[in-house]
Amino acid sequence: MNGEGNSGPVFADPITADILLSVNGDERPITVDTRETLLDTLREHLDLIGAKKGCDHGQCGACTVLVDGRRVKSCLTLTVTVDDREITTVEGLAADGALHPMQAAFVERDAFQCGYCTPGQLCSAVAMVREVADGWPSAVTADVSGPAVLDDDEIRERMSGNLCRCGAYVNIVAAIKQVGS
Amino acid sequence: MRPFAYERATDVRSAVAACAAGTADGAGAVYLGGGTNLVDLMRLGVVSPGVLVDVTRLPFDGIEETAGGGLLIGAGVRNSDLAAHPLVRRRYPMLAQAVVAGASGQIRNMATVGGNLLQRTRCSYFQDVSKPCNKRVPGSGCPARRGDHRNLAVIGQSEACVATHPSDMAVPLAALGAVVHIEGPGGPRQVPMPGFHRLPGDAPERDTVLEPGDLVTAVEVPPLPFAARSRYRKVRDRVSFAFAVVSVAAALDLEDGMVRDCRIALGGVAHIPWRADRAESALRGSPATEAAFAQAAAEELAMATPLPHNAFKVPLARNVVVRTLLDLVEAP
Ligand SMILES: Cc1cc2nc3c(=O)[nH]c(=O)nc-3n(C[C@H](O)[C@H](O)[C@H](O)COP(=O)(O)OP(=O)(O)OC[C@H]3O[C@@H](n4cnc5c(N)ncnc54)[C@H](O)[C@@H]3O)c2cc1C
Ligand code: SF4
Ligand code: FES
Ligand code: FES
Repeated sequence: MNGEGNSGPVFADPITADILLSVNGDERPITVDTRETLLDTLREHLDLIGAKKGCDHGQCGACTVLVDGRRVKSCLTLTVTVDDREITTVEGLAADGALHPMQAAFVERDAFQCGYCTPGQLCSAVAMVREVADGWPSAVTADVSGPAVLDDDEIRERMSGNLCRCGAYVNIVAAIKQVGS
Repeated sequence: MRPFAYERATDVRSAVAACAAGTADGAGAVYLGGGTNLVDLMRLGVVSPGVLVDVTRLPFDGIEETAGGGLLIGAGVRNSDLAAHPLVRRRYPMLAQAVVAGASGQIRNMATVGGNLLQRTRCSYFQDVSKPCNKRVPGSGCPARRGDHRNLAVIGQSEACVATHPSDMAVPLAALGAVVHIEGPGGPRQVPMPGFHRLPGDAPERDTVLEPGDLVTAVEVPPLPFAARSRYRKVRDRVSFAFAVVSVAAALDLEDGMVRDCRIALGGVAHIPWRADRAESALRGSPATEAAFAQAAAEELAMATPLPHNAFKVPLARNVVVRTLLDLVEAP
């Protein structure tokens, strides 16, 4: 019961689940509130602060991670829904101490300023290049039943779920093109 | 956000049973697809279910060919997989185009076909629990009518609600007469589009004909050979990652410069994906010319009753219909 005079809403007790979460190749047993998003679990419980919270509404892409290799928005993903999936965050892109080619290209092409959007851009770009290789069409693909190419227009359209307040777009496009072609 | 129980259904019958059971204290159970709309609305306090029944592990995540040359699309198919499917791209290009015109790559990877059909309106008052809204709280009023309605409906709206249905995917599905397969507490049934979504009337809280606990299991797209010549065109306030202001899905069957048959549906103009029946019948048997297209579009839009700030949608919709049809005539 609420204390006297407290007219705030009465919330039932949290409901939790004990799950195994596989992140960047490590299986971690954790207890999560069913309401918790993957973004909050990564940042608040697993100390993986690469994925960023920009909008928390699916609009900015700063929270992008890979689930079974596909890019998703971790701010709209409930953690309990991905206990049987493989999650990759920006921290998991580099292998054996070497930057992922996409990370190296971002450095080489100066594809960021403040860096806040960068982890999301990187995860998104890595998965996006694979989507093109798999022949997925986009909104600027002239013939949706034809092959997909990775030109500037295609990159811009396919990366439109990742916003950059610093406006580093020109160099982001160049970095992705360098890796994708 | 209200605490909720999470259940993962593995077969259709147990999913429906879990949803029907709800919670002891009466807070309803709802299905969870990709969560891209539901999780957001829960966070905003617009909906507060007591149980989420996750249906993304149900075996309805495939696309099969039907006997006559149509497709049976499982409700759990992700939007990305729908748009990438070779038969969707070849037989119904406007469907693939509409899906990739919506949201972003990340959201399309999460969003399911069922969830896309059932996404709620983007009317800003609906999403703001500090404001009245007949759709969210029946009887509380509709501030949009006198307030911000620039992107709301111009056809078929009611005194109670002027919201639009935001889905791009649903527009070609309405043009194709897709059939929604439903499994409910009372058994299975099928509802053809349009007819699955409802006009607001005096019950805007109901977006569709679904009853509580009904699960969408599949969407069946009938065979329509001439849909290989089809196109989706979307007008939005920025070039990508924005909801439609107006959109058009159209398919043309041409013979010797005449329209033998056609399909046309409009998005962004109504509480439902709007099938342009009048324009279609005006066009059947008429020459495939700009003048005929403009006449047909005008006949459809004659029934528009725009509000002060969205009257621009009427000429915009007319022009987009004409342009889309001309594109189809000029297509190789
Ligand atoms: C930033 C942003 C931009 C977007 N832009 C666009 C856009 O431009 N165009 C566009 O069309 N869409 C757009 N969307 C909306 C997006 O397409 C929808 O959120 C998505 O399709 C919903 O699918 P889902 O599987 O995630 O549904 P969920 O969020 O899981 O569910 C949505 C609703 O459907 C119900 N439901 C889910 N599956 C079933 C089922 N099988 N049977 C019965 N009920 C079910 C749920 O209970 C809920 O009420 C955007 C979304 C975001 C966040
Ligand atoms: S238009 Fe519909 S959704 Fe928007 S405020 Fe009015 S009743 Fe609510
Ligand atoms: S924080 Fe997830 S999209 Fe902005
Ligand atoms: S580098 Fe600053 S937001 Fe993109």
